[in-house]
Amino acid sequence: MKFLSSRRRHPLAGLLVVLLGLIAVGASYSAFRPAVADDTRDDTELIAEGRELYVVGCASCHGLNAEGIVTKRGDNYGPPLIGVGAAAVDFQVGTGRMPAQRPDTQIPDKHPAYGDEEVSALAAYIASLGPGPAIPAEEYYDVTDATEEEIVRGGQLYLTNCAACHNYAGSGGALPEGRYAPPVRGVEPRYIYEAMLTGPQQMPVFSDEVLTPEDKHDVIAYIDSLDTQANYGGSNLGSLGPVGEGMWAWLVGIGSLVLAAVWIANNGARAGKSKS
Amino acid sequence: MSTTTSKASVGRGGQKGQKPNPVAWLDERTGLAALSKKQLRKVFPDHWSFMLGEIALWSFVILLLTGVFLSLWFKPSMTEVEYLGSYANLRGLHMSEAYASTLEISFDVRGGLLMRQMHHWSANLFIASMMIHMLRVFFTGAFRKPREINWLIGLGLLQLGIIEGFAGYSLPDDLLSGIGLRIAEGIMLSIPVVGTYITFFVFGGEFPGDDFIPRLYTVHVLLIPGILVALISAHMLLLVYHKHTQWPGPGRTNNNVVGYPLMPVYMAKAGGFFFIVFGVTALMGGLMQINPIWLYGPYNPSQVTADSQPDWYMGWLDGGLRIMPAWETTAFGFTLSWNVFVPAVVLMGLLFTVLAVYPFIERWITGDTREHHLLDRPRNQPTRTAFGVAGMTAFGVLWIAAGNDVIGPMFNLSIYAITWFCRIGLFVLPVLAFIITRRWCLSLQRHDREVLLHGYETGVIVRSPEGAYSEIHAPINPVSAYNLTTHERRSPLELPPREDANGVRAPQPGKERVRARLSRFWYGDDVDKPTAEELEEAHHHAAEHGQLDGGRHVGIETGGHVGGDDFDLEQAPNR
Ligand code: HEC
Ligand code: HEC
Ligand code: HEM
Repeated sequence: MKFLSSRRRHPLAGLLVVLLGLIAVGASYSAFRPAVADDTRDDTELIAEGRELYVVGCASCHGLNAEGIVTKRGDNYGPPLIGVGAAAVDFQVGTGRMPAQRPDTQIPDKHPAYGDEEVSALAAYIASLGPGPAIPAEEYYDVTDATEEEIVRGGQLYLTNCAACHNYAGSGGALPEGRYAPPVRGVEPRYIYEAMLTGPQQMPVFSDEVLTPEDKHDVIAYIDSLDTQANYGGSNLGSLGPVGEGMWAWLVGIGSLVLAAVWIANNGARAGKSKS
Repeated sequence: MSTTTSKASVGRGGQKGQKPNPVAWLDERTGLAALSKKQLRKVFPDHWSFMLGEIALWSFVILLLTGVFLSLWFKPSMTEVEYLGSYANLRGLHMSEAYASTLEISFDVRGGLLMRQMHHWSANLFIASMMIHMLRVFFTGAFRKPREINWLIGLGLLQLGIIEGFAGYSLPDDLLSGIGLRIAEGIMLSIPVVGTYITFFVFGGEFPGDDFIPRLYTVHVLLIPGILVALISAHMLLLVYHKHTQWPGPGRTNNNVVGYPLMPVYMAKAGGFFFIVFGVTALMGGLMQINPIWLYGPYNPSQVTADSQPDWYMGWLDGGLRIMPAWETTAFGFTLSWNVFVPAVVLMGLLFTVLAVYPFIERWITGDTREHHLLDRPRNQPTRTAFGVAGMTAFGVLWIAAGNDVIGPMFNLSIYAITWFCRIGLFVLPVLAFIITRRWCLSLQRHDREVLLHGYETGVIVRSPEGAYSEIHAPINPVSAYNLTTHERRSPLELPPREDANGVRAPQPGKERVRARLSRFWYGDDVDKPTAEELEEAHHHAAEHGQLDGGRHVGIETGGHVGGDDFDLEQAPNR
């Protein structure tokens, strides 16, 4: 220890500390980063199976080799899928968005058309075409034992990064041109993670540089906590903010009070007498 | 009621052998009995639409009660504290004391959340009921002489209520409070030339600053409630002084009021109504979440949320902001933000100015300077009614504009489409509404006239010996006929003839000509009720054909029934 303390003021000490720090950050970063394309097992069988499924279900829009199809007007009929990664496929097919039934401003989620095995085959095939974000391992999005601190942190990250589109309570919101951000409440943690990783449609990609894997984990923990916490103060009326509240004030409040006024004015000490 | 004591007994109380009666005790010292005897027998006409203002009154009482409760715990301070209360999702976060204490009220004070929610729901109900009350007054013409001052007081109440609500909404210092205040700051800044100074003055420096919440708190719990109480008292005193208006009907004239005495009947009804309003508010506060500030989180300028809106009564201004094109002018180094100034400041000023001067404009156009204690049926004032509906339509369009981000996904519409619909609709729809409403009123008038002249349609078809079919019309009963004919015959103002008998040209000032033209516009198309001769003739005609005497042939009764013969009658000699 003497060695260290005596050389503390050595001109190169600062440089050394920075260097050590960088190594530490780099090491922990690669440890926490979800494994990328290199994890696409050269499980040729799985890839072949995926390709078969792809040709039948997806090629009509995304092109035979996932190169994408461009319409005569220059729009994307189906975008190229090379390099979107397994995470994108898992998210799109797992939430039932893909295969799309028809082109639309925004393809809605529906009951998934493929089983888990088929999804992983499709994902493996697309991942084999080019490097992209892989399906995260469960430990990244497992929030069953998230701490209170993590949830509080996640809440602030959520309000800063997501609430503008997805609403303060995760009940979704409108976007320009008839698009919308869907509700995030009740979405499986894996898909929340993948949504952040791949940024479907209008949603920005929250790469690991923007939101670290811990950040993502905490965001998911917060969204999850909204589902488990009680509805304090009664029904949340769809969590639509003051517009919803105003509507209920008129419908329920003023509505019932006006009815009561009609009832009182028509009944009473003497009005009742003339009827009997 | 023990109101036997008279003035003579003042000062001679406590006679031997007489048990001290508390009422007498009080009266001997205050002389209240004599004073209240007259007021307690005050007569109040009965109609549901006369109770709308009462909803507002009772909501205000609830606001006072729940507000005092909240003020026992709320800390209007921007001092930063670490939250250590029982809402886990925010524990350990740094926030203002104002926000922390609102969380405390919500989660750690017994009944606190219920009180907060009741306070907020009743704020919404307070302003909503003032608005429908105002609409009732407008459409029935109850603002006419001698009640113009009460109309103005009512407008003041509405404006103050809106400001008070906005102040309350801003107190908890949550995300929506902050966003709302930021917009309020922008609105103040947009006022040409003085905007910056006003903002610095109000916020005590840069937004948001540490001074604003404490200042707002004083305004919210002291200043505006104080003014509201004073104005409400004035409003009620004038109401008692003028006496309530009533619907025309047999026995009800411009010089009397027919209804129940205040004590006991109306008191019981009004008291009961208080409990109903309280009950509805309590149910809403207990079952329906409002302003879940724990989800919004403390105000943080770097955060926004979808669906961040003001409460509905500010919504129309927000709607104006949302649809206003981004226009700006730079002159002499100042930037004039029309995109903020026009929708917020001008729009608000415009609405309240139009409402304030309306009674006087109508009075000038119609030349009607008499007192009115009988109400108009909206159809008998087609132009006024049409103006009212046009105003409501414009208000509604602004509402839709404010809710564009909620309405969009709900009905699968594009926000831009809604914005353009509102931009155009704001100018087109009120005109359409005006035309449609006016025509509607006129055809209702025509219908009334038909019914008077030819009776009502019984739905009974008879076949004549020749084989022709016709529907029997039966005369309406006398009460309905009275109600349909009791309103005045209205005619447009006429200009005096241009030349008098001696051929001298009289001057016709331009103002008078404008007025005559407006008056023709106002009343010109009215379908007047039939004259007495016309009615006479119609009856005669019908009797000849054996039609109107429906009862004899097919057993049809005249419509409706006569009622209300046991009302109290208050003569009002001072009118
Ligand atoms: C009807 C045409 C259609 C079919 C069939 C279809 N897709 Fe798509 N797909 C689209 C369109 C259009 C988009 C882009 C719009 C969007 O993301 O919502 C898209 C987007 C995607 C994306 C996201 C790309 C990105 O940049 O993140 C993936 C992954 C995807 N599709 C996979 C598939 C798979 C796998 C199938 C077969 C199971 C499939 N799609 C079938 C039309 C289609
Ligand atoms: C610019 C707006 C925007 C922001 C910011 C945004 N999203 Fe999204 N998000 C979207 C849109 C749009 C979709 C729908 C994509 C689609 O339908 O293909 C979406 C979809 C999702 C989904 C899928 C929901 C489902 O129904 O399957 C999740 C989960 C999600 N977002 C989470 C997040 C999280 C977490 C954040 C913050 C880190 C975030 N989003 C930030 C716009 C946004
Ligand atoms: C016309 C009357 C009033 C209106 C329209 C009104 C409206 C509001 C609103 C909308 C809020 C926000 C509540 C929330 O957190 O959701 C609020 C908060 C508050 N009001 Fe009022 N209020 C009125 C009168 C009063 C009075 C008379 C008092 C006290 C004497 C009062 C005390 C408070 C306090 C302390 C808060 C902050 C605490 C909190 O937000 O929970 N209010 N008010």
